[in-house]
Amino acid sequence: MDKELAVSVKNLRFAYAKRNNQVLHGLDLEVRKGQIVALLGGSGSGKSTILSLITGQNDVQDNGSQVKVLGYDMLNISRRRLYQMRRQIGMMFQVSSLFTGMSIFDNVAFPLREHSKLNEEQIKDLVMLKLHAVGLRNSWRRFPSELSGGQRRRIELARAVALDPDLMLYDEPFTGLDPISLTVSRDLIRDLNFGLGITSIIITHDVPETFAIADYVYVLWQGKIVSQGTPAELMESDQPLTRQFIKGETDGPLPFHMPGSSYADDLRLHEHAGTQA
Amino acid sequence: MGTAKRQETSVEPTAAMSVNRRRVGLVASIRRLGWLLNSNIYYAGQVFWFFMGIMKRTPQIIGRFGLVWRQIYFVGTLSMIIIVVSAVFIGLVLGLQFYTILERYGQAQVVGAAAAITLYRELGPVLAALLFIGCACTAMTAAIGQKRATSQIQAMAVMAVDPIEREIAPRFWAGVISLPLLTAILMAIAIFGTYLIAVVHIGLDEGFFWSNMLRFASFNNDVLSGMFKSVVFGVATSLTAVFQGYHATPTAEGVAHATTKTVIIGSLLVLGLDFVLTAFLF
Repeated sequence: MDKELAVSVKNLRFAYAKRNNQVLHGLDLEVRKGQIVALLGGSGSGKSTILSLITGQNDVQDNGSQVKVLGYDMLNISRRRLYQMRRQIGMMFQVSSLFTGMSIFDNVAFPLREHSKLNEEQIKDLVMLKLHAVGLRNSWRRFPSELSGGQRRRIELARAVALDPDLMLYDEPFTGLDPISLTVSRDLIRDLNFGLGITSIIITHDVPETFAIADYVYVLWQGKIVSQGTPAELMESDQPLTRQFIKGETDGPLPFHMPGSSYADDLRLHEHAGTQA
Repeated sequence: MGTAKRQETSVEPTAAMSVNRRRVGLVASIRRLGWLLNSNIYYAGQVFWFFMGIMKRTPQIIGRFGLVWRQIYFVGTLSMIIIVVSAVFIGLVLGLQFYTILERYGQAQVVGAAAAITLYRELGPVLAALLFIGCACTAMTAAIGQKRATSQIQAMAVMAVDPIEREIAPRFWAGVISLPLLTAILMAIAIFGTYLIAVVHIGLDEGFFWSNMLRFASFNNDVLSGMFKSVVFGVATSLTAVFQGYHATPTAEGVAHATTKTVIIGSLLVLGLDFVLTAFLF
């Protein structure tokens, strides 16, 4: 693996055993160290599955797929090595995963208490720094249930970066944020990336916010990469699928409706027509 | 013509057809039995590996006993009130029933001993375990299931914190430690309840009440055997609770279903194990 690569994915194919459907169909993607890379795509395109494979929540299947994260080969990785790797990554989940039984302070302090030998004074200073960065320092005594959805996302961001990880993974980081929080979070992701020299992978539907900070973008559709490039290159893309997704057009190759039976069949229009005749 | 057509379509069941149908039904039943057996063996294997996972992490838990203490506190406070109140009533009822029966034979003075032996051997461990399932185990399952439904367990694992070590093993050990303590409390308070009925209310001799209890109830055979039972029940009920919570479908309905399963499986396990242990211990 190229030492300049934080994540390298080659020929990634994946199917969920229970559902027995192929989710990813031979993906190749690379994330260079220090970059912000975005994975764009509609619902069900396989974005979150890629993230789950990078973090080892799902096992990489032995079908010629190759996933390397921070130098760790994710195929048949041992539990010990997986946990070693996970200590170097931070992740912001799609839905709030804050510990509901803990205060905001304890939530952000959690990874520090678990993985560092810092004393409580040092932990307090670090937690306050992180909470200040997301604008919620004065909420440290509160509990997650007392915060709004957007505030919870910001706390989650503070917790994810508590250990200054090498690789940050954001699953829909801009969902549910008000315009101010959205700009602050976007700038924070960018500042963290360049300030701490970390690498970031963002999974999102949000084109304008992502294009404002991403160095490189992959566009996914039905488990395949349909186009890739810098935001400027993708804005100029002639590829119909990419153009439709980026411009949010309703007409194009990307269907709004899930494939399946026709609307007319479901409403039994043929039968009604027969009865009327 | 019409009659001939009707004759063709309405085929009378022959003996061969009925044998064939019976054979198909038999094969289907054997298949279903095999599937049931297979899934239950798989389930038992899953529970066993889950239990081994908890055992493997126990040395780390000893090093972080604060986590267990916290859970003991939750389990204790959840179950204490119902255990104490139930124990008083159990003691009162036992006192009344034993007095009514034994008085007919002129043996009313052994009411205390009879109640104590019943409590030490059977009622104490079994009732404490059933109450413990209703209060503490359901709470354990719901808490773990809810953490799964809201990705808290997943987040913990991604933060390189082992959820079995941080969330499951402390709850399991808290249950195993708490249940024998709660059983002892239930036994003591129930005996006090019997004392209230037999001595204070009915007016039996206090000296006979206590001395007969000491004479007939053996510490090794009765008290320790009862406590051994409650340790076994503690393992069974706590394992059921944490297993169901950890494997709950991560939805509100999934958590509700897991909680119900904890009560059903836990209660049946306690009653079944009680029979087996009674057969071997006494």
